[in-house]
Amino acid sequence: MNKTCRIVNLQEEYSQLYKENLSLLENGAPEKMNASRAKAFDLFVEKGIPSNKVEEYKYTNLQPFFKGSFDIALSSDAALEGAAENFNCGVPELDTHNVFLINGWFANQDDCNQLPKGVVVGSIREKAEQYPEVFEKYYNENTPNNLDAMAAMNTAFAQDGAFIYVPKGVVVEKPIQLVNIMSGDNDRLVFQRNLIVVEENAQVKVMLCDHTISPQKFVINNLTEVFVKENSVFDIYNVQNQHNLTTQVSGMYVHQKKHSNILTNNLTLHSGVTRNNIRVTMDDEHCESHVYGLYLSDKNQHVDNFTFIDHAKPNCQSFELFKGVMDDSASGAFTGRVLVRPDAQQTNAYQSNNNLLLTDNAKINSKPQLEIYADDVKCSHGATVGQLDDEAMFYLRARGINQTEGRILLMFAFAYEVIEKIRVEPLKENIRSLVEKRFRGEFDKCDSCVVCGQQGSSVSCL
Amino acid sequence: MLVIKDLHAKIDDKEILRGINLEVKPGEVHAIMGPNGSGKSTLSSVLAGNEKFEVVEGEVSFNDKDLLDLAPEDRAREGLFLSFQYPVEIPGVSMVNFMRTAVNEHRKYAEKDPYTASEFLKLMREKKKLVEIDSNLTNRSVNEGFSGGEKKKNEIFQMAMLEPKLAILDETDSGLDIDALRVVANGVNKLKSPETSTIVITHYQRLLDHIVPDFVHVLYKGRIVKSAGKELAHELEEKGYDWIKKEFED
Ligand SMILES: Nc1ncnc2c1ncn2[C@@H]1O[C@H](COP(=O)(O)OP(=O)(O)OP(=O)(O)O)[C@@H](O)[C@H]1O
Ligand SMILES: [Mg+2]
Repeated sequence: MNKTCRIVNLQEEYSQLYKENLSLLENGAPEKMNASRAKAFDLFVEKGIPSNKVEEYKYTNLQPFFKGSFDIALSSDAALEGAAENFNCGVPELDTHNVFLINGWFANQDDCNQLPKGVVVGSIREKAEQYPEVFEKYYNENTPNNLDAMAAMNTAFAQDGAFIYVPKGVVVEKPIQLVNIMSGDNDRLVFQRNLIVVEENAQVKVMLCDHTISPQKFVINNLTEVFVKENSVFDIYNVQNQHNLTTQVSGMYVHQKKHSNILTNNLTLHSGVTRNNIRVTMDDEHCESHVYGLYLSDKNQHVDNFTFIDHAKPNCQSFELFKGVMDDSASGAFTGRVLVRPDAQQTNAYQSNNNLLLTDNAKINSKPQLEIYADDVKCSHGATVGQLDDEAMFYLRARGINQTEGRILLMFAFAYEVIEKIRVEPLKENIRSLVEKRFRGEFDKCDSCVVCGQQGSSVSCL
Repeated sequence: MLVIKDLHAKIDDKEILRGINLEVKPGEVHAIMGPNGSGKSTLSSVLAGNEKFEVVEGEVSFNDKDLLDLAPEDRAREGLFLSFQYPVEIPGVSMVNFMRTAVNEHRKYAEKDPYTASEFLKLMREKKKLVEIDSNLTNRSVNEGFSGGEKKKNEIFQMAMLEPKLAILDETDSGLDIDALRVVANGVNKLKSPETSTIVITHYQRLLDHIVPDFVHVLYKGRIVKSAGKELAHELEEKGYDWIKKEFED
C-alpha cells in the first residue's frame, strides 16, 4: 500500500514511519534484509538526515529536501500502481537486457532466456529467496551504515531493487540496463537497493538509467552494492536524467578482489539535487579502478560527487576524473578522498576534477583529500575551475561560427574526455549525442531517452 | 575590396595601431613587413574582429560594408579570412566537426542549403588534395598536438574550405621547411583568382618569391611608413629595418 507521511522535523517522523510500518517493511522481504534493519535504523536515527554541519555533507544540506508530504510505497502493488501503463518497455536504441523498476520496485524485464547460462537478473527480494547463499553472503556486507546516515537509512527502509549475479567465468556481452522510473500522482519518497555480484573471471557491464516521468517531487535514496571477484571486469554507467524537483542520494559501494578491473561513470545530465556517494574498496593486490563522472548543471541545480577510493592493499591503481559544466546559478561540489593504507605500497592513484563555470553565479567547491600512509606510492591530484577560453572562441568565430555554436563546441570539447572513457561503444555514441543536445538546450526530459528509450512526459519539463 | 582609413586601436590603454591607411583592390596581393612588435598581428586581429583590441578611431570598409560594425563571424561569412600567426589548439573539437560547422554557417549566411554529410566529405577530400594536407590531421582535434608547420598547413586548408574573398596570412611562412613553404604557397596560388585579394604578412622574401606581391608596405610603430613595389622586399631583406627605424624615430 501507499502510505502518506508528513515530514516536518525529520528524525521524529522518520522514526515513526519506520516503527509504525515495520511489519509492512518486513513483509515478504528476505530474512537478512529484515535482520539488518534494526541496527541500521538506530544508526540512522542517531545521525539523522545530514545537514551541512556534517563534514561529509558540508556542501549539500539534505535536510530541507527530505521534508514534505510524501507517499511511500510499502509494497510492489503500491509502487507500480497506475504507472505500469505509463512507461515504455518497447525496444530501446541500444541492444541491452532491460530491467524496469518503478519507484524503486522491480516491475518487469526482458526475457531472461537471452542471458548466458547461470546469470541471474531480477528483483532482489525475489532472487534472494531463490539464491539465498549469494544473498546471505553479500547483502549489506559493503555498506558503511556506521559512517553514512543515508546508507543506514537505505538499509533500514529499502524493500526491493535489482539483483544481478554473474557466475564464475561468464562474460555477459549485452549490457544489462536497469531503468529506474519515478512516477506517481503525489510527491514521493523512494528507496531502492541493488546488489551486484560478479564472480571470478566474469565480466558484465551495467547501465543505470534514472528517470522521472511525472512532474511530482521525488526524493530518492538508492544504493548499489557491488562485489567484484578475482580477475573480473565490471563497468557501471549511471545516467541521471531527472527533472528539477528531484532529490537523489545515490550510493555506489564497490568491493574489489585481486586483478579485477572496474569502472564507474556517473553522468548527471539533469537533476534537481544530486548527491553521489561513490566508494571503491580495493581489498586485494593488483586491482584497477576507474572512477569517472560528468555533471552538467544549470538553473538552480546542485550536484555533489563524494568519492572515496580506498587503497587497502599494495600494487593497485586508481584513475579518477570528474568534469563539470555549470551554468546559471548551478552549484556543485566534488570531494575526492583517497586513502592509501600503510601496507598499500606501489599504489598509483590519479585524480582530477575540472570545472567550467559559464556564469559568475555558478559555484563549485572542489576538494581533493589525500591520506597517504605508505611511502612508496605515486599519487597525483589536480582541480581546476575555469571559463570558456576566449582565444579558442575567437578562433571559431573567425571561421564564421557564431558565439552560441562556438560555446556548444567548446563545452562539448570540455566534456568529451569523460565520454571517451565509456567502454561500451554504442552507449558512448548515445551519450555523446545526449550531451550535445543538452548543451544545445534541445535536450528535454520530455524526449524519449536516447539511452533506454524511456518516454518522458511533457508535464515534467520544469 | 578593403579600405582602411586612419585606423587606431589600443589594448589596455596602450595604442598599438596609430593611424593605418591601406587600400586593397580585387585581385591584388599586398605584403606587409616590419620589425617585431610593430603591430602587424594587431592589425590582422582588429580586421578579423578580435574584441581584445579596442578600435578608438578610423573606418574600415570591406566590399562597401562597414567592417568594424560586423561581428567576427559575419566578417568571416562576408569573405574575410585570417590565417593566424599562432593557431589555437582546441582539444576535443574535431577538425571535421569544426569545418562542417564553419562551412555550413557560411552557406546558411549565403542562403544556401547546408551540405549533406557526403557532399561535405567530398569537399574535404578535394581540398585536402589541393593543399596537400596529411589525411590524418583532419581526423584529430583542431590543431591539437600539430607541429608548427602542420598548424600553418591547416590554416591554408581551412582557407581552401571557406574560399574567402580576402585572405590575411599572418606569418604563415614562419617555421616552415622548404617543402612545406612550397605547399603553402602553392595552395594560396591555386586558390587565387582575379576577384580575390591577399594580404601577406611576413619577415622574409622567401615566401614572396612564390606569392608575388603587387605592393609591399612597411609597418612600424603602428603606422605604414613606407609603401612600394615588390623590390622593397628585396631591399629590406638586404638592409634590414635599421634605415627605416632611423628615418621614422619618434
Ligand atoms: N594582448 C596584448 N596585451 C598587451 N600588449 C599586446 C597584446 N598583444 C600585442 N601587444 C603589443 O602590441 C604590440 C604589437 O604586437 P603585434 O603582435 O601586433 O606585433 P607584430 O608586428 O605582429 O610582431 P611579430 O613580428 O613579432 O609577430 C607589441 O608591443 C605587443 O607587445
Ligand atoms: Mg605578429
